[in-house]
Amino acid sequence: MRLLPRRDLVCQQAVELVTDYLEGALSRRDRRRFEAHLAGCPHCTEYLAQMRETIRLTGRLEPEDLTAQQREEFVALYRRWRDERSEE
Amino acid sequence: MMEADGELLTRLRSGDERAFVSLVQCYQEQMLRLAAGFVPSRAVAEEVVQDTWLAALRGLDAFEGRSSLKTWLFRILVNQARTTGTREQRSVPVPDPEPAVDPARFDASGAWADPPEHWIEAAEERLAAGKLADRLRALIDELPARQREVVLLRDVEELTSDEVCSVLAISDGNQRVLLHRGRSRLRQLFDDEIGGAR
Repeated sequence: MRLLPRRDLVCQQAVELVTDYLEGALSRRDRRRFEAHLAGCPHCTEYLAQMRETIRLTGRLEPEDLTAQQREEFVALYRRWRDERSEE
Repeated sequence: MMEADGELLTRLRSGDERAFVSLVQCYQEQMLRLAAGFVPSRAVAEEVVQDTWLAALRGLDAFEGRSSLKTWLFRILVNQARTTGTREQRSVPVPDPEPAVDPARFDASGAWADPPEHWIEAAEERLAAGKLADRLRALIDELPARQREVVLLRDVEELTSDEVCSVLAISDGNQRVLLHRGRSRLRQLFDDEIGGAR
């Protein structure tokens, strides 16, 4: 939680609060001030939408598939473990 | 522990190699990127990940399922990487003064002078068309290590904040600062690539 001065937020402060806002980490008072700022500021509203979109797009990155060779190596690794374990 | 984890664990413990391959398939790439945040080269990162799989297999029978399989694996990875890493960073990072947005885009009162353009649908299309994924990956790779770890775990791997704090052994507040810096930079990438080129 960070304490902000009592006067209204300006845009440059609002953009620094976006993550705390999305994470639900703002105090109730700061959340109200942040939302009051958004209500009157289309630019910061757009900025918040862009941050949400950034998170969404990052989440769509797919892990690259294993190559056939990597797959074989991992099968070998697992078999070794399995064999060692059954010998114990 | 998740339902799906329980089934996978049973198969792993019963010697089903396909279960192991699918586990590796699931996490290998993320583990490599994460390991790369701790060690100086891709080759060392690969060793760390290899060691992690070995350690995971050895620990499999003792794993009690208090956390998800994924959190458990990532915690092993981070411990392996931190004992190997020459880029080791055990200390808490100093607060990063780097602003989320270039100060030149605000006027003296702190209001937008050069406000954000609308590019959300365009970014969506470019990523779907495969034109942005490589740039996004490259930028994630270029993030400072701590920011990269948090962004990878939270936004690529989609772990919860509690899981991330547990995997990386950092405080909740610390996690949020790193996440904020990392996400802000990624947003800037979309802004640069799609909004008016700055």
